[in-house]
Amino acid sequence: MIYSDMSRDIRALLDSHGVPDKEVYLDSENSGMIFPEALEAMRAAYLESGQGHPAITNRKGWEAYETLYTSTLALAEAMHCKPDEIAYTHSGTEANNLAINGLAMTAPEGRKKIVISAIEHLSVVFPAEELKNRGFSVVKVPVDREGFVDQEALAREVDKETLLVSVAPVNHEIGTVQDTRAIIEIIRDRDPGVKVHLDACDAFCKVPLDLGASGADMASFSGHKIYGPKGSGALYVREGIELKPVLQGQLSTQKLWPGVENVPAIVGFSTAATLMQAHAGEYLGRMSRLRDGLIDGILGTVDDTLLNGPSGKKRSPDNANISVLYCEGEALTIELSLKGVYVSSGSACSSRILEPSHVLLAIHRKYEEAHGSILMKTTPFHTDEQIAYVRSCIPEAVNRIRSLSPFGRGG
Amino acid sequence: MSSRIPLAYNPKVLELFRNPVNLGKMENPDAEALAGSLACGDMVAVYLRIDRETGIIREAMFESYGCAANIAASSVMTVMAKGKSLEEAWKISWKDISDDLGTLPVVKSHCGILAVGALRRAIRNYYKDKQAPSWLPEKLTPDERHAVEEERLLEVLTKRAKRIEAELTEEAKEEQ
Repeated sequence: MIYSDMSRDIRALLDSHGVPDKEVYLDSENSGMIFPEALEAMRAAYLESGQGHPAITNRKGWEAYETLYTSTLALAEAMHCKPDEIAYTHSGTEANNLAINGLAMTAPEGRKKIVISAIEHLSVVFPAEELKNRGFSVVKVPVDREGFVDQEALAREVDKETLLVSVAPVNHEIGTVQDTRAIIEIIRDRDPGVKVHLDACDAFCKVPLDLGASGADMASFSGHKIYGPKGSGALYVREGIELKPVLQGQLSTQKLWPGVENVPAIVGFSTAATLMQAHAGEYLGRMSRLRDGLIDGILGTVDDTLLNGPSGKKRSPDNANISVLYCEGEALTIELSLKGVYVSSGSACSSRILEPSHVLLAIHRKYEEAHGSILMKTTPFHTDEQIAYVRSCIPEAVNRIRSLSPFGRGG
Repeated sequence: MSSRIPLAYNPKVLELFRNPVNLGKMENPDAEALAGSLACGDMVAVYLRIDRETGIIREAMFESYGCAANIAASSVMTVMAKGKSLEEAWKISWKDISDDLGTLPVVKSHCGILAVGALRRAIRNYYKDKQAPSWLPEKLTPDERHAVEEERLLEVLTKRAKRIEAELTEEAKEEQ
């Protein structure tokens, strides 16, 4: 369906767009960049150490098993957990689905309530909502204007009927860094039988996250969000927590996800985590500085702009999400694309339901504010020069889009 | 799904996004209309200059708060309307616009509908203080209704948001 819906000639579209002289990729929310070292390690794993099937008894299989084991040890160290507590999936989306559906399949009678925040990723929202068809109830806890979970509302919602609470320590869209410790304390205090899942895809390697000490029961991870390969992900499942697999098939070394492990992708994922941990100070310092350069630059030079989410230390080091009033977001992403600046938008114009981002609506942004939002993420790969280029492009792009408009500043 | 679907446009959409035709506000138009709403993130203003003797559209212009498809569809709509009689212009359909653009992605067909809705509303406005011709339907056509529905969306969504907020406040009170 997608292919017939798409432009008949994607090549003609690309030719018409052309390749801009300068290009700055800021869309790591949707699809990440990769460390060259991770790619190199994957290449070696594809061609040599990771060829075999890690559960098969031949030399190549044992080699693959060794490679998988070594990578898992490194990931477990980065996650502060035991190697046996890591279940590999092929994305953060799959990890979130496994956490919610895998636990739901073990739900005892009388515990059929799932509590999530109002700003969770759709790979949490959708599986939770789907469970309504199987006798579960879903409650979305509101957040404040910066995206912080309303702790009193959370406390009210968690009770002896609650199966699971799922919250992201760092929001994927507006970068809010939750007080995860306080949230888990509230949940434990209300009922120790409630399971806690953290969608840690955007927190891992970006903010301190000690799984062992956190008290969380499950946590999701995504390779591309830490500049590893796409097609890699993991679910941390604390020792003693029982889940059922959501896919059926031949289990390999994994208890929860059937099929052959993508050993080369896991190698890349693990290499990326190791690099992020080894250079945390340098990388996160650079990312925050460039993030603030983007935010301050845009808010300072373009009128009628708003920062979505908190600022400073309560914001993820990579996240810049700004609403530009009187400016439709999808048009702005295309205008910027023509200048070689690649960003995404929370505009409804790219959705099927004519509603903008649920995250922006949950922080009480008006519809027109949500439609005009752009999301940019800095990475360890970006330079000051690139960010300066982006800052120089945005006022011009905004002015052009506003100049087309029948109202507001452009009118 | 929210905001993450492939929207590969036809190259003509990109070209019209870059260089829109008939873009801008017209001074003292003979007819004008606004369609769409901020709620759905799409809004079009249409301006027509009409020869009163012949009923021919001499000039058609637009302004847009919307995505690339909206801008391209509005451009095509004005190009098609220019030089046509009001009766002929009334017959322009969203399908004509979509075909001219080499077909829009399905989720974007509403952009063409909105452009047509705005044009028809402008034509109706032209006849507001005049004797309406026999070809002008009394009831709203589907394209016009669609525009109205999009406008109502803001109202519906705002009401829903208020209702949820009220419910939460009520629940909070009950808890205390």
